[in-house]
Parts: sequence; structure tokens; C-alpha cells
Amino acid sequence: MTDAEMRIKSIQYRMRLLKYIKKAKAGHTGGSLSCVDILNVLYNRVLNVSPESFTDPARDRYVQSKGHSVEALYVVLADKGFFPESDLETLCRYRSPYVGHPTRKIRGIEQNTGALGHGLAFSVGVSLGGKKDDAGYRVYTLLGDGELAEGSNWESMLTAAHYHLDNLTAIVDRNGLQISGRTEDVCSLECLATKFQAFGWAVRSVDGHDVTALAKVLCSVPFEPGKPSMVIARTVKGKGVSFIENQADWHHKVPSDQQYEQAQQELEVMLREVNA
Amino acid sequence: MSSQAGPELGKANLDVFAETLLALAKDNRNILVVTSDSRGSAKLTSFAAALPNQIIEVGIAEQNLVGIAAGLASTGKIVYAVSPASFLTARSLEQIKNDVCYSDQPVKLIGISGGVSYGALGSTHHSIHDVAALRAIHNCTIIVPADNLETTEAIKASARMSHPVYIRFGKRPMPRLHRRGTAFEIGKALLVREGDDVAFIATGETVVHALAAAKDMEQEGISARVISMHTIRPLDTQVVIRAARECRAIVTVEEHSCAGGLGEVCAAVLMQAGLHVPFRIVGFPDDDTVTGSQLEIFAHYSISAEGLTRTAKALLDSAEEGERS
Repeated sequence: MTDAEMRIKSIQYRMRLLKYIKKAKAGHTGGSLSCVDILNVLYNRVLNVSPESFTDPARDRYVQSKGHSVEALYVVLADKGFFPESDLETLCRYRSPYVGHPTRKIRGIEQNTGALGHGLAFSVGVSLGGKKDDAGYRVYTLLGDGELAEGSNWESMLTAAHYHLDNLTAIVDRNGLQISGRTEDVCSLECLATKFQAFGWAVRSVDGHDVTALAKVLCSVPFEPGKPSMVIARTVKGKGVSFIENQADWHHKVPSDQQYEQAQQELEVMLREVNA
Repeated sequence: MSSQAGPELGKANLDVFAETLLALAKDNRNILVVTSDSRGSAKLTSFAAALPNQIIEVGIAEQNLVGIAAGLASTGKIVYAVSPASFLTARSLEQIKNDVCYSDQPVKLIGISGGVSYGALGSTHHSIHDVAALRAIHNCTIIVPADNLETTEAIKASARMSHPVYIRFGKRPMPRLHRRGTAFEIGKALLVREGDDVAFIATGETVVHALAAAKDMEQEGISARVISMHTIRPLDTQVVIRAARECRAIVTVEEHSCAGGLGEVCAAVLMQAGLHVPFRIVGFPDDDTVTGSQLEIFAHYSISAEGLTRTAKALLDSAEEGERS
């Protein structure tokens, strides 16, 4: 897929995830909008996985540690053919397998996540398994920035460096907001890059909405042989919709009818511009 | 027929676990052990020396231990996550709940030095909550083996399991309870001794004390059944129901809090089956658990031949009084 096509995909994914959040009357709007470009690049450019190869032991693995942004993952997986997009009409409905956090009941999802601070340890395990088998697959996990306050992440970072897991890439969706406000007001994270480096990771920072730049970075792992790779993706929570961007209260707010119409109109304009 | 063997002292279940796992792993390089600075405590030093590529150390980080074990299991490895039961089932409870059980990753969770094995070290190191905590989490078989045979067979069976399992044992040498060759099946209790006055339904390292009590009571003409309920989930409900129908009283015995453990499970089974028999739960009360050796703590809470005899006789006496009135 070309970069231009990926830019179109990003907008379409935003439109779709808003549609299903609106329909479900539930969802993590801000975080899904902030990470969807990352998912777009992963599934359309980086990951060696498809619906057909999903049970192949040699497939690449993606683990979404920030499980609450599952709506972004659902629309990307549907687009890649893991399940019919119409399934998402049941999102968060009674007994629907499409619950508000990832589960293995859905084809394409590797691990149940949602409680924060779990995805990295699991990914370390998958990466260790790959090393044990001398398998060539790569493991990618997406962390929220607020999630980094969970101490378990730092345990896993130690282990990943200790075992030289250069088949592992962690991406931080660094949108700077969490449910209570700015990450730096809630519990300071900076200087993140220095911290990751001190833990033995090779670190790159990138514009998390620039699909070209993201693809370049994510396709160049490992950044250093023998080290796990960390990508700090600088993002905007709520990216793509003017009144949602950078608003902490849109963490899991659902748009009203009027807001939904406005959001879709803004995205339509964006789509026309990109197409032009 | 009961499975009872002589009173011959065996090894610690911990040692038997380590030996069994080493033997299994030598034949199957897919078996991996993950430890949290616990290889020495788990008697896995020999394992590490013999199979260095099959042991993964994650440091003192139990959350990490369980999460990594789940990831490894997802790649098809047969993974044993080994750590003191106190930390494994408390510090990493959320990882057990989500990464292992909810995600159905077939990790074998091994709680070493369970119950009050670390008796003198205080409550930080006791695990008298583990069965209750894991019973409330879906998708986890719970096994508390009593002797070397049960431990060996539980570990062997666990290697073949495709869903999560928790196995917890202690570190003190245990007498042999069962004849060699006794068939062991997860979810099927073992009858250690026949009897029809009172039934001791015991689990783990308390079974031997129930057996000692049964032998003492025999001298007084009281016939005590002893059941080793090595699997707490899935529970062998038929054995419990049969005990209620065939014996005049039931005493459950466990190295665990009385809250949420074997005793309460059995009580629930009987109540819901419409069976009422004089019934006592012997375990640790809702109290600041005393410290001392495992045996001293057991004796303090009447998990001893003398204590269990006293409990059983009082229960039978009250039952008789109830029948007379």
C-alpha cells in the first residue's frame, strides 16, 4: 500500500471507528483516534500477518497493551479481512464477542488485554519464545503513555533488555493525556526517551500521525542489534476531529448526534483534500 | 478400597516436583520453567544445571513472571511459572486472572512453599488466601497434592493440560499416603482410609494429620474415613455427597483460611444437594495467623491428630445429642 493510500485509510478508519462508537454508545474515542495511524502502518505496511496466516507459528504478533482503544483495532482488523465489518454493528451489545477490550474470541487478536501494564510482559514472553525457537517473527506492542505508570512495564523492560530481545518493538502512543488530565500533571513521565535508554532499549521518536515517518521507523527495527526497540510516537489524543483533539474528557466520551455529524463532516473534508 | 500405604516418610513434595519436572523436560525441550529468583527455593538448581536453555529467570518480578509465562505459552511452549505461592497468587493475581485464565493461556502456575510452609516468616510469606482467590477466577484447575505420589502425578498430568492449572505444595518431607501405582486423576479424590462414623475431607499437607487422627480414634472404636481432596477445582462432589450419606459427621481440613477454601466448597455442595450433616471446617480462622513452624501453626489451629480427634469427637457427640433431643 502506498503512503497516499495509507493516508486515505487513516481517515476512513477514523470515520468508521466513530461510527461504531456512536452506534454502541460506548468506546474510547480519544485514544482510538490517537493510535489509529500506528495501527494503519502496522497492519498495512509492517506486520507479516493476515487472516490466512493468523495461526501460522511464523506470523508476526501484535499485542495491544492499551486495550481500551480496541475500536481502532477492530476497524483495522475488519478492513484487513479478519472478520466482516458488519460484525461491529454488535459492538458492546449483550453477548457480542466484540467487547470493549480485545479478546482472543476475535480472529486477529493475540491476547486478552484491557487492564493496563500487561501487554509488554506478554510480548516479552512471545519474543522469548521466538528466540528459543530461532523463529524469525517479530513482536509489536502498543502502550499508552498513561499506562507507563504501571510498574509491571518497567519489570518487563528490564527483562527484554536482559535477554537482548531485538525481535521486540514497543510503541508508546504518546498523546500526553490520560483520563484525569495531562500525564505530566498526573504522574510525570518525562524524560521518557532517557528512561527507556537507561533500561537498555534503543529508542526512536516519531510523529505518530505521519504514516510515512511511522512506516520508515517501524520498518527499521531493530534499531540496534541485541536491543529491544522502543518507538515514542508523538500523537494527539482525539486526532482528526477538531473538538475532540487534546481534550482529556474525550477519553471515553461518546459523541452526540450533532457532534457525530460534525466529526464526520470534518473527516469528509479531510478525505476530499487527501484524495485531491 | 482405600489407597493407604504405610507411614513411610517420603521426600518433600517440592523435591518431587523438581525431580519430576526435570525428567519430563529432559524428554521434551518444549517444556520451559520461568522463575522469579526462585530457582533455589524451588529446588530447580539441578534443572538449571542440566537444562540451562529450558529455564528463564525474570528476577524478583512476579507480575512479569506470569505475563511472560503467558506469552511463552501462546507460542506453544509448555510453561511452568514457579514462585512462592504467597507472591505468585497475590502480587500477580491480575496477571493470573487476565493473562492466563481469561486469555486461556495454558500456563502451569506452581506455588511453592504454600500455606504456612514459611510459618516463622510471618503473614507476608503465608499463602492461605490462594485457593479462595483462584476459585473466584474462572478457568483455573486447582490442585493441592498431599504426598509424593499425588505431586508426581499432578505434575505429569499438568504437562498434558491445555488450560491453566495451579498446583501448590510445601517443602517438608511427607509420609507416603498411597500405595505405589495408585491411580491418580485430576478431579477424583483419593480415599486414604475407609470409615463411616466421621469423614475427614482433607487436602494437601493436612491429609496426613487427618489420617493420624483416624488411627487414634480407631483405638476408641470410632471409624473415621479419610479422603484426600487433592483437586479443589473441579471438585469431586460425589465423594463429598457420599461421605454425607454414609458418615454421621464431616470435618474438612485445609492449610488455608476457612474463608473460601475447601470447607466452604464442601458446605456449598452439601447445602445445595439438600444434605445436612454435622459439619466443621478446620483451617485458619479470620485472625492474625500465629507464627512458628508449619507443624506448630497446624497444632495451634487443631490441624493435628489430637486437634482433629477432639474436633471430630465433639462433632459426633453433638450429633448424638441432637439425635437424642
